[in-house]
Amino acid sequence: MPVFSDPANFDAYVSGFMWILKMTGASAALALVLGVLLAGMRVSPVPVLRWFGAAWVNIFRNTPLTLIIFFCYFGLYATLTISLSDDLILNNFWLGVVGLSVYTAAFVCEALRSGINTVPPGQAEAARAIGLTFSQTLRIVVLPQAGRAVIAPLGSVLIALCKNSTIVGTIGLLEASNIMKQLINDNGDQVILIFLVFAGTFAAVLIPVGYFFGWLANRLAVKR
Amino acid sequence: MRMTRVAATAAAAVLALTMAACGSDDDGGTGTGSGTGTGTGDTAATGVIAKAQSGTLKVGVKADQPGLGLQTGTAYEGFDIEMAKIIAKGLGMQESGIQYVTTVSANREPYIQQGTVDLVIATYTINDERKTKVNFAGPYFVAGQDLLVPTDSTITAPEQLDGKKVCSVTGSTPAKRIQENYKGAQLQLFDAYSKCITALAGGQVDAVTTDDIILAGYASQQQFAGKFKVVGKPFSEEPYGIGLAKDDKASCDKINEILKAAAADGSYKAAWDNTLGKSGTPAPELDTSKLTNCA
Repeated sequence: MPVFSDPANFDAYVSGFMWILKMTGASAALALVLGVLLAGMRVSPVPVLRWFGAAWVNIFRNTPLTLIIFFCYFGLYATLTISLSDDLILNNFWLGVVGLSVYTAAFVCEALRSGINTVPPGQAEAARAIGLTFSQTLRIVVLPQAGRAVIAPLGSVLIALCKNSTIVGTIGLLEASNIMKQLINDNGDQVILIFLVFAGTFAAVLIPVGYFFGWLANRLAVKR
Repeated sequence: MRMTRVAATAAAAVLALTMAACGSDDDGGTGTGSGTGTGTGDTAATGVIAKAQSGTLKVGVKADQPGLGLQTGTAYEGFDIEMAKIIAKGLGMQESGIQYVTTVSANREPYIQQGTVDLVIATYTINDERKTKVNFAGPYFVAGQDLLVPTDSTITAPEQLDGKKVCSVTGSTPAKRIQENYKGAQLQLFDAYSKCITALAGGQVDAVTTDDIILAGYASQQQFAGKFKVVGKPFSEEPYGIGLAKDDKASCDKINEILKAAAADGSYKAAWDNTLGKSGTPAPELDTSKLTNCA
């Protein structure tokens, strides 16, 4: 592998994927929190919250991620001057994380909501009967069962998030796809090799993730 | 039922064979045609010259650089486009036979190597690294890397970039030079200069860097009139060449001859005056002694 035997290129390759992992980690955590809140809103008895949750999901799920990321830079940062870090690279990174999180949260919310539908209505009714409030019902009875039912789909969301994080490259973060572009630009004769290595790395990271979530889903499934 | 199916299969097979025969007929026709063309030519034509003789030439150009290569609707305009027309004319083909293909800095070598385009005239700096992958005719213009800053900026030289935010394009020579020589600068990368200009207008970056002539093109755009200035201290020499396939020496020599002729008969000056010259910059002399040897 002549391209990757050059230490500078290899370092660039590693740093590109490190950015991808960091973005995936940060966005996954944020998106999970946001997604749970949104799912709670969507099934809540308060109309305004239901409306807010539905609006969020419909807006962000149906907008191309490229536009959302772009808006984060030219809308949030450039126009509204919301700066997330003084360091230019970290600022781009966090702007990207914000974009990825609000987008992915919509998918997490919908996955959880489908999980809520798998919990028999009798459970919520029984919870109400023993005097639990709505938020207690959701927190103690419904969401734990709903979450365990949708581990596999959440795994798919995570995998999609990891690949989507390459889009943050459009606002200048030197993540894997930008590094790939740079390497291809400098080594035009080895385009196919470079492409295969980058595609292969993504597959090598994500295939085990898929299997892990499959295994976890089986293990934690609610036995009814 | 069974019979119908067999008949249908047979019919399909016959049809396929007939069409295949047609196909090979066509191939034969084209083969003979180009064969004759080569025979009547003075030299054995290959690469770009052969493409020009067939009447169409795919030229990679920039689409977002005012004055050099700018796409407006489906048409392209600018100095690079005028150069493409001069070359097409010199190769004896119609201007209408040029197919413009939008290229960005990062895909120029791959496009040439993979044959997506025949020629690249896209503010393409000649350097040794690129010479190992593609062949260059020209240079048809010598630019220099410079800085574009807001009119009230205090930056007057690249040495003052420490701690400042500089914008350029992913994979371009100017970006690399900033990374290597001015490590104190923070580099914001986008995939197109137009985004850098937007960021400069909004104050998110302190300077945009690339070749002076590209910057001048942006500074003279109407919506930015009076807002930006080019610092005017070029810190590199960027000879713009015309990229073509590595093994296509004959076409490269031919293009250099066309450039010489264009400098002599005034069509080079006319191309300048119609595009970049509009900003008031007088046409540069095309130094024909500096043309590449196409090796």
